[in-house]
Amino acid sequence: MFKVTIDNQQVDVEEGTTILQAARMIGGKVVPPAMCYYSKLRGSGGKCRTCLVKVAQSSAKDPRPMPKLVASCSTPVQDGMVVQNLTSPEVVEARKAIVEFLLLNHPLDCPVCDQAGECDLQDLSFRYGMEETGSEEDRREFPVTDIGDKIKLHMNRCILCYRCVYTADQLTDKRLHGVLYRGDVSEIGTFIQQAVTNNFSGNMIDVCPVGALTDKTFRFKSRVWFLNPMNAHRDCPSCSGNVTAWMFGNEIYRVTGRKNQYGELEEFICNECRFEKKDPGDWVIEGPRHIKRQSVISANHYERMKKQSVIKPIEGIMEDPE
Amino acid sequence: MTNLTSRSKIVSNKKMTFWERIYLPAILGGLRITFGHLFRKKTTVQYPEVQREFSDIYRGKHVLKRDDEGRERCTACGLCAVACPAEAITMVAAERKPGEENLYREEKYAVVYEINMLRCIFCGDCEEACPKEAIFLTKEIVHSEYHRDELIYGKDVLVEPMDPAKRIDVSKRQTPEVLAFKQNKKFKHNR
Repeated sequence: MFKVTIDNQQVDVEEGTTILQAARMIGGKVVPPAMCYYSKLRGSGGKCRTCLVKVAQSSAKDPRPMPKLVASCSTPVQDGMVVQNLTSPEVVEARKAIVEFLLLNHPLDCPVCDQAGECDLQDLSFRYGMEETGSEEDRREFPVTDIGDKIKLHMNRCILCYRCVYTADQLTDKRLHGVLYRGDVSEIGTFIQQAVTNNFSGNMIDVCPVGALTDKTFRFKSRVWFLNPMNAHRDCPSCSGNVTAWMFGNEIYRVTGRKNQYGELEEFICNECRFEKKDPGDWVIEGPRHIKRQSVISANHYERMKKQSVIKPIEGIMEDPE
Repeated sequence: MTNLTSRSKIVSNKKMTFWERIYLPAILGGLRITFGHLFRKKTTVQYPEVQREFSDIYRGKHVLKRDDEGRERCTACGLCAVACPAEAITMVAAERKPGEENLYREEKYAVVYEINMLRCIFCGDCEEACPKEAIFLTKEIVHSEYHRDELIYGKDVLVEPMDPAKRIDVSKRQTPEVLAFKQNKKFKHNR
């Protein structure tokens, strides 16, 4: 077992854990944000650089600090490592610059985008970003394309995190899409407009941290904060059938997987559950899903309070019961 | 018992005198006050022939603005509805079809946009929340109606006319910072 200190909090972790995973074991504010790393996708991470942290002490044996900020999602811990996340002004400053870089080519079309309200990049730029941009150049522009008949690709909004590529690689039996070209001109493309037909391809919508891949059956139907996310399940032959049903009154507007507090899917769901089953009769509604009160989705969203926060009302206000 | 206020009066049942019983002095005193008011300056105006001066930022009926080319600015982003404390605003969005580029500014627009004027408290939060400078409150007053349905204003009432001469000027409602932002050539939409 390795002893790691992150933002003055100590945790014992297995050998081979990354700094990000160790921080997630502590939880709370020490967890660095991640745009490309996805714990359920092998090989993801190391691309967006939002999870940069400062290593003030490499290990117990070698107490020198690491010369540069490191990506916490792909750096394994050492015994006696001391990591600084929010306690280091250098990291906060670097993260500001990273957000600016991610937004260089990101269009300001949140009012149009279906992802607005549950977008990781929106949260990230709200928390760490600046109001102004330094760039005066035009953003790159691509036409809006279809990936299959159920998924819309807005390449303008893509931040090239490669999550969807790993999803297509690891979840489906045949790889049908990937990243074409290099650097500034790189884009997500299917093999000559080939439709993505695999039964689990819809998960790339949920995996996408921005609004680049969106559900065509939900396109411009409503804003996420007008809907009520409910836990629902059904007996599905191909997946677990545990989903979030986004309801408006008695109608189901869209179906997504269940996401944990880091915005990652708990289980991948099949396309039949996601796109075909929009009738409330198909589902067993369990109850409202827990939404952080800081989220805009929590507007008019009522759920039963956890017992803990009833007993300790002050703590319940101080931090989100998660 | 101590008095709670100094304005309370103790009433007595004492017998009135002759002059008090004929009431004439009291009536004449009342008439003097009434006629005195005839020669004072009036506090009312003859609305609607005469109207008081409105503030430049008076918050009355809403308007959905068009841009300089006559396209609707609203993209049905729903921020006004989520900002509305009275939950008066509802909308339904739709995708713009090819050929409608001269009607709607962005690829999404509001097919239905309704404000329930009975619910609206004219706080101006929708105006504040709008990222597209589409909704503004104007000096126009919302008139009363005989039926509640008529006070749910749809796009037919709210969207400003296409004719440039009939457009509603809202420049006085915008702060100097907003006007400076609109001049900033760094942003592509200002070029």
